[in-house]
Amino acid sequence: MIADERKQTIVVATLLCLVCSVLVSTAAVVLRPRQQENKRLDIQQNILRVAGVFSPDDDVSATDIEREFRQVETALVVLGSDRGGGTEISEQDAEYEQIDLKNFDPRKEVAQGRVTAIPSGQLPQIANRAMFSNVYKIRNADGVLDQIVLPVYGKGLWSTLYGFISLESDGLTIRGITFYEHGETPGLGGEVDNAKWKASWNGKKAFGEIDGRSIKIKVLKGQVNPDRATAPFEVDGLSGATITSNGVTALVQYWLGPHGFGKYLENLRAENESETSDG
Amino acid sequence: MAEKPKDVLLKPVFRDNPITLQILGICSALAVTTKLDTALVMSVAVIMVTALSSFAISLIRAWIPNNIRIIVQMTIIASLVILVDQFLKAYFYSLSKELSVFVGLIITNCIVMGRAEGYAMKNGPVMSFFDGLGNGLGYGFILVTVAFFRELLGKGQLLGFDILPTTSNGGWYVPNGLMLLPPSAFFLIGLIIWAIRSKYTEQVGR
Repeated sequence: MIADERKQTIVVATLLCLVCSVLVSTAAVVLRPRQQENKRLDIQQNILRVAGVFSPDDDVSATDIEREFRQVETALVVLGSDRGGGTEISEQDAEYEQIDLKNFDPRKEVAQGRVTAIPSGQLPQIANRAMFSNVYKIRNADGVLDQIVLPVYGKGLWSTLYGFISLESDGLTIRGITFYEHGETPGLGGEVDNAKWKASWNGKKAFGEIDGRSIKIKVLKGQVNPDRATAPFEVDGLSGATITSNGVTALVQYWLGPHGFGKYLENLRAENESETSDG
Repeated sequence: MAEKPKDVLLKPVFRDNPITLQILGICSALAVTTKLDTALVMSVAVIMVTALSSFAISLIRAWIPNNIRIIVQMTIIASLVILVDQFLKAYFYSLSKELSVFVGLIITNCIVMGRAEGYAMKNGPVMSFFDGLGNGLGYGFILVTVAFFRELLGKGQLLGFDILPTTSNGGWYVPNGLMLLPPSAFFLIGLIIWAIRSKYTEQVGR
């Protein structure tokens, strides 16, 4: 009797596992291409939105995204200031270093340990980052560089915020910011998704100098006083979400700073200036 | 003794509601009810899983060895949850992103397990299907009700459309931030339990 019971247990368990695993793996395999497509479109949509190609209220279809994204030029940049920092990786270099230029995924790089530690004085509360980052260049109708979209991320209160920031071709003026993935409290820190707040970044300066003192963009606690000289470098705080606001300040300052895209933006500015003086 | 399918289906929606009577499945009721659209999708996901898992478990109940029955139930439930999760990721990407881990956590939702162990192991597949459907609907009813008030009072919106224009967007309504925090779901569920028990006084505990 006991042997019978045991036999039945094993037979039922085996059959059940077989049936369930076939079901689950079939679903995973069949739906996978669609899921990856969704992910790619979602990121591309966010890049186009932060650049203002689509307005926040636009309902966009997959074909719209495909069409518009074809105009966007993707490059891979060495982060930081030393060892070629701030330069774009050419196709030959990518081949030599075995970097996949088209499908470079910073999160995969971090997961696989190809990283650079972030100095402890730096703020975004992430331990390390990939050595390179994607940048997205958007040109206007005449082929002149109009703006550049940079991926940024860092810790808020509960979660890591992943997003994009868009700068004008001067490498200084902010066009827009967006976060496509975060787990902040809805209604408080989650207000980083608020269209009005995001729009308030438009036209702010990422960094500059006032009376010889260097100054960086900052999310305040409370409202910006438009009469103060520092107002162009300040954004309204999210009420009830000081830690998320501080997190946004930290991550924006970090990624636009010398350990992030700072050198790259400097090069961009130099290029820009020489072009205008030539013209 | 034999219950009618209609009763099996409708009783758990209101009268024998798994959340208000048995106080099961509370955690996800707190987590996904800040917005109506996520609550709706979560409800549909749970309804699918409870109905189908009850059906499947009831179908093979005669062959399930008693000593591994819980594991068998879990395996079936978990497989269904993964199917639902994969499906959402493929066809409702932005909503599945908002629901994030909570779809996967349906596996641990006591309502699903409770119906499998408490009903489907003893009753026929069709009745079990209705029982699962009914309990899923009961869960969904509470979720949607709670989400309705939380989104309306917390953000002045419903399904993302502005209903009460908030002050931060130039309107008059000062949103109640508490509504967006988990405790408010406790208050709302408490009020719903109060309402239901005032109607069905035999549920009042002594």
